[in-house]
Amino acid sequence: MSLTNVFNIAGTGMNAQSIRLNTTASNIANAQTVSSSIEDTYKARKPWFQVLEKQWKDVDKLNRKLDVRSQMGDGVKVSGIVESNAPLQKRFEPQHPMADEEGYVMYPNVNVVEEMTDMMSSSRSYQMNVEVMKTAKQMLQRTLTLGQ
Amino acid sequence: MSALGFKNSLGIHQNTLQLRAARAEVIANNLANSDTPNFKARDFDFNQILEGQSKRSLSMQVTDESHQRGTVDTDMDLMFRNPYQPSIDGNTVDTQMEQASYTDNALRYNSSFQFLNSKFNGLKGAIKGQ
Repeated sequence: MSLTNVFNIAGTGMNAQSIRLNTTASNIANAQTVSSSIEDTYKARKPWFQVLEKQWKDVDKLNRKLDVRSQMGDGVKVSGIVESNAPLQKRFEPQHPMADEEGYVMYPNVNVVEEMTDMMSSSRSYQMNVEVMKTAKQMLQRTLTLGQ
Repeated sequence: MSALGFKNSLGIHQNTLQLRAARAEVIANNLANSDTPNFKARDFDFNQILEGQSKRSLSMQVTDESHQRGTVDTDMDLMFRNPYQPSIDGNTVDTQMEQASYTDNALRYNSSFQFLNSKFNGLKGAIKGQ
């Protein structure tokens, strides 16, 4: 039944948004994590979203194309977490214990403003998926009362 | 034909419920992918479904006697939404519109359900002779 599938779809959406929120929390928490070399410095992490395609696909043999049920997606998946390749911030702080020989300290490429907007966006999207699930639940519950 | 047979009395609503449930799935998928880059929002074309009830056939035009005659069956397809405004990541989900369609779809599901329920109650009354 398609309505129970809505639960799965909204579930994948909520999962993806909570992973996004997790990366945001990690980025903000590490916004001031300094280091003396480029390799060791924390880089902003971003989730990579992709459409979750149906596991099975029916091909309409007569018309050589996908059956309409197989054209529907099955939610969203997080294909991986990628590190941002924006340039790191190099600051001249000779007194800093982590400063290199020339007196520079590397700060992460985390943009806190961007992270805050990301946080708001993911929390809204999460709420939206919850609403979708709630409505599907009501629809299913009503269906159970058919003929009563 | 009496109006009391199951097939005659339930009318279009039994199919409508299935279609509404499938549409809920499509729109839920659009909403779940509202932050996926390059995702294109999809939906059913209701006119197409009503017209041919999922099947429409196109026939080849014949302008000469020696032409081959043939028909092509076009099955129902999911359509892509026309975005109201472009987005930088190629995503065409308009969250507000999708949410409105989802709610609208759920309400129409409920109203079809209400009709179906009343039909069943009517049949029940007819069986009991009340």
